[in-house]
Amino acid sequence: MGIEQKAGDMGIVTASLEQVVNWSRSNAMWPLLFGLACCAIEMMGAQSANYDLSRFGMEINRASPRQADLMIVAGRVSRKMAPVVRRLYDQMADPKWVIAMGDCAACGGVFNNYAIVQGVDEIVPVDVYVAGCPPRPEALIDGIIHLHEKVRRMRLDGTLREPVHLS
Amino acid sequence: MALDNRTVLARLQAALPDAILSSSEFRGDLSVYVRPERIVDVARFLRDDPELRYNFLENLCGVDYLGREPRFEVVYHLLSFANRHRLCLKVGVSERDPSVPSLTELWPGANYHERETFDMFGITFTGHPCLDRILMPEEWEGHPLRKDVPLGAEEVAFTFNQDRIYAHKPFAKE
Repeated sequence: MGIEQKAGDMGIVTASLEQVVNWSRSNAMWPLLFGLACCAIEMMGAQSANYDLSRFGMEINRASPRQADLMIVAGRVSRKMAPVVRRLYDQMADPKWVIAMGDCAACGGVFNNYAIVQGVDEIVPVDVYVAGCPPRPEALIDGIIHLHEKVRRMRLDGTLREPVHLS
Repeated sequence: MALDNRTVLARLQAALPDAILSSSEFRGDLSVYVRPERIVDVARFLRDDPELRYNFLENLCGVDYLGREPRFEVVYHLLSFANRHRLCLKVGVSERDPSVPSLTELWPGANYHERETFDMFGITFTGHPCLDRILMPEEWEGHPLRKDVPLGAEEVAFTFNQDRIYAHKPFAKE
């Protein structure tokens, strides 16, 4: 706190580079614009005025994977769609995160059959799983906030700090 | 012009008596069992006959009656716009030689339906311009709507068995 007080009148704030990077990453996390099934309707609900996802700096859905940071897999992924999802993930620039939204994306859900991938974690590495069929917008927003906390715990070398629990 | 099932059947039997195997009626809907090798002739007659004019092939699909001979059936639903009348044609397909003549020359719309039936049941349609898989991935083996294909894809993970299942599950890497 010492230098901030001394340098306060000069308009300078100091922080660790890690904090600044994580702060900017977590507060301007742009999702990739794609939905696969009914979960996408709830995702759209979370982004529209009632739930207002833009409070968290996520109002812009990017239609190009080159500009997106977050992939929300909203819905069941069929075996034929799986290579496409993986390709979209590969086209996203690092750093990138994945939320498996809904039971189907998390584990196949009710579709335990030949057509559906049993959990999107077989294709892309998932950071946060959101349960529900479909999850309510509150649940998705909760998952996103969890992801933001995870991003803020990230060190510059990519490893994670232990979570801080406030009891 | 009102068209009833008896008229249709009589007209069909008069024109192509050797192509019709049997017929049945359920709740006012007529189904006609046709010899597989004559299906194109029957369909062409039904389409071009000036009184019947079944000008629209609504859909066609396959059915698997496992344990029965013939094992498969291909079902065609025809609709006559002029007469507002529907007709169902059925064709038995054996497991040894699962092939039926294609109807794409009569209705181009039969193309995708026949591809789906091929994809799901492995029934080939001779004369089809491009009989590829339409729904399943290209490298898929087998035909998933056959009754002898196992139902479940993977074992469901619960807390008591998740360690064993997750040990073999192909999780994605970065």
